[in-house]
Amino acid sequence: MAKKDSNFISARESRRISKENIKITKKLDKKLNRKHVPESEYLTKMHDESNVLEFDDLHTYFFTDVGTVKAVDGVSYNVPAGKTVGIVGESGCGKSVTSLSLMQLLQRPSGQIVSGEIRLNLGDKAYDVAKMPIDAMRHIRGNVVSMIFQEPMTSLNPVFRIGFQLDEVIQLHNPGMSEEEVKQRSIDAIKMVGIPDAEGIYQRYPHELSGGMRQRIVIAMALVCNPRLIIADEPTTALDVTIQAQILELLRELKGKINASIMLITHDLGVIAEMADYVVVMYAGRIVEKGLASEVFLDPRHPYTIGLMESKPVINKTVDRLYSIPGSVPNPVNMPDYCYFRDRCEKCVERCSGKYPPEVHVSDTHIVSCWRYFDDPKRGGNE
Amino acid sequence: MWKFIVRRVFLALIIVVLGSFIIYGVMRAMPTSFVEAQARQRAAASATTGGPTYKEWLDQLTKAYHMDTDVVTGFVNWLGNVIQGDFGTSWKYGVPVIQKFNDVIWYSVVLNCITIFLEIIICIPLGIQAARHQYSGFDYGITVFAMLCISLPTFFLATLLKYTFVIKLKWIEDLYGIVGRYHEQLSQGDQILDMMRHMILPVLTLAMLNIGGLTRYTRTNMLEVLNADYIRTARAKGLPERKVINKHAFRNTLIPLVSYMSYLIPSLFSGSMITETLYQIPGIGYIAYDAMVAGDLPFTMFYSMFGLILTQISLMLADIMYAVVDPRVRVN
Repeated sequence: MAKKDSNFISARESRRISKENIKITKKLDKKLNRKHVPESEYLTKMHDESNVLEFDDLHTYFFTDVGTVKAVDGVSYNVPAGKTVGIVGESGCGKSVTSLSLMQLLQRPSGQIVSGEIRLNLGDKAYDVAKMPIDAMRHIRGNVVSMIFQEPMTSLNPVFRIGFQLDEVIQLHNPGMSEEEVKQRSIDAIKMVGIPDAEGIYQRYPHELSGGMRQRIVIAMALVCNPRLIIADEPTTALDVTIQAQILELLRELKGKINASIMLITHDLGVIAEMADYVVVMYAGRIVEKGLASEVFLDPRHPYTIGLMESKPVINKTVDRLYSIPGSVPNPVNMPDYCYFRDRCEKCVERCSGKYPPEVHVSDTHIVSCWRYFDDPKRGGNE
Repeated sequence: MWKFIVRRVFLALIIVVLGSFIIYGVMRAMPTSFVEAQARQRAAASATTGGPTYKEWLDQLTKAYHMDTDVVTGFVNWLGNVIQGDFGTSWKYGVPVIQKFNDVIWYSVVLNCITIFLEIIICIPLGIQAARHQYSGFDYGITVFAMLCISLPTFFLATLLKYTFVIKLKWIEDLYGIVGRYHEQLSQGDQILDMMRHMILPVLTLAMLNIGGLTRYTRTNMLEVLNADYIRTARAKGLPERKVINKHAFRNTLIPLVSYMSYLIPSLFSGSMITETLYQIPGIGYIAYDAMVAGDLPFTMFYSMFGLILTQISLMLADIMYAVVDPRVRVN
């Protein structure tokens, strides 16, 4: 083949791939669409009871017509109870796909969890979400795990009243509740997210509210069933800076009130620094560095993390040009079997030409995937 | 709201008057004139007996049919009569326009009502299912079927249906007509059943012709809605898929569908000329075409004005229905 390593793909090749994809996705879909699956099939045990959520070697692939995209390729991390875990990385690095895998909201049939475990702690028992059929998943969504989406302007249904949309979640997960109780709870939720005139807002349609207000409603909707885990998928990206600060303040305040864990997905390091207890840095579908927020921020080890920190504007520092990491993310189809960051890395060592680097423990909590620290985990990041 | 409606009604009135003036002008400018045709016929009949010549007949008839005025005066006279409720007598059929219209319109209305009802109950579920399983075998099947329906010419489809159901399978006894041979001898209930049987093929033809468009339209709109963020939100809430589709998605798909369907209202009454001709149903499409070709001014004018008014009403209805299904356009 002349154009071996370009994006070019022949029609025949594409047909063969899509045929194979259909075969694979059909099988996986069939498994997911089963009804009345015994609970024992997805019952599991947490490795550490103090965690709400454990991702264990999660693989989520997208079966596209040009080949399989490994959007999440062996991701493992934990979300401890009552803590905030921040997940950072550039667009397309798989941070949202990880959370969508947890909710089983992947764009099917092309997006599928291929292997790995997602252990979710329900208090008295634990489920492996990766094995759960959609039918059973419904009782988890919005109830045990809820999600705050990126786009407040479009994530509320335009044809239903705010009140109806809130009531719907409560009724769904609390079937025994009377109508007045449900309404009262919705109004309380609207009050809780700091909106005055809750009764008035209850009667409104989404288009009558501003972006910040809508995001508050989305947050109220996520909190209304007292979930154990809240996924905030770039909750402030679409908002202007003053509203951003308000929403973050609100999230922090609410976390204390309802004692939930938060998975905060963002590409804004400032937001992470402000909110997170733990930080996970992802690059091209894999975790490159994870640890306590203080460790990752004060002592970043992976060249990618260091690059991210450097490309953030800093007040009181004069530079001609803001730093940017050279090069771009490799083609997600047919990833190479060496460190994905190698071609952009300025700090390569000899070993980098070999296989993908294993995890190196810098401290008990601080883990980095880089050959530079393989022999000497205590080596400084900028040496 | 009232101000809005009054303004719309006023605008509609102007459109109706101007529209009928244009039609009147076109009718007067047509190369085939009813008066000329009549004069030629009578002159030919009286030629042997030495009666009036063509020219004399023409003068006489032009006066009798009030065609000796110019277009504007003619239109004003016509409009004056219409305002007094007098649509005149059909030239071709020789009976009052309204009576003739009343005789034929119901065939078309019944035919089209059944067709539209069928279309809606078939197309919307099909479109939704196709959208839910995008690029599946079912979706491709629907697409092929829809394209087939859109591209088949009426006469071909009608012939095909007749050949299959009447000649080969013999499920239906007559090739055309609205009543069977022994219609008069049947009891009242059987008479209705007999007419119903004769409606089957025309309804099937009309429905198949229109199914493609509406199915594709529903599918496209449903797909757009299904990819919206609020559908993901609905799923993230834990709603069962059935509720997500039937409630959250369908309510939003309804918005474009309402405007599409309001255009179907005038088509209820406008008849379908080709299908009616092929099955020899004396509906309005068939009769109005004949009247127009013959230059029957009163009948054509009434028919077009009726269509104009209906179109205006349906447009207004669409505006109101929009407000019903979409809270964003509600006027306070």
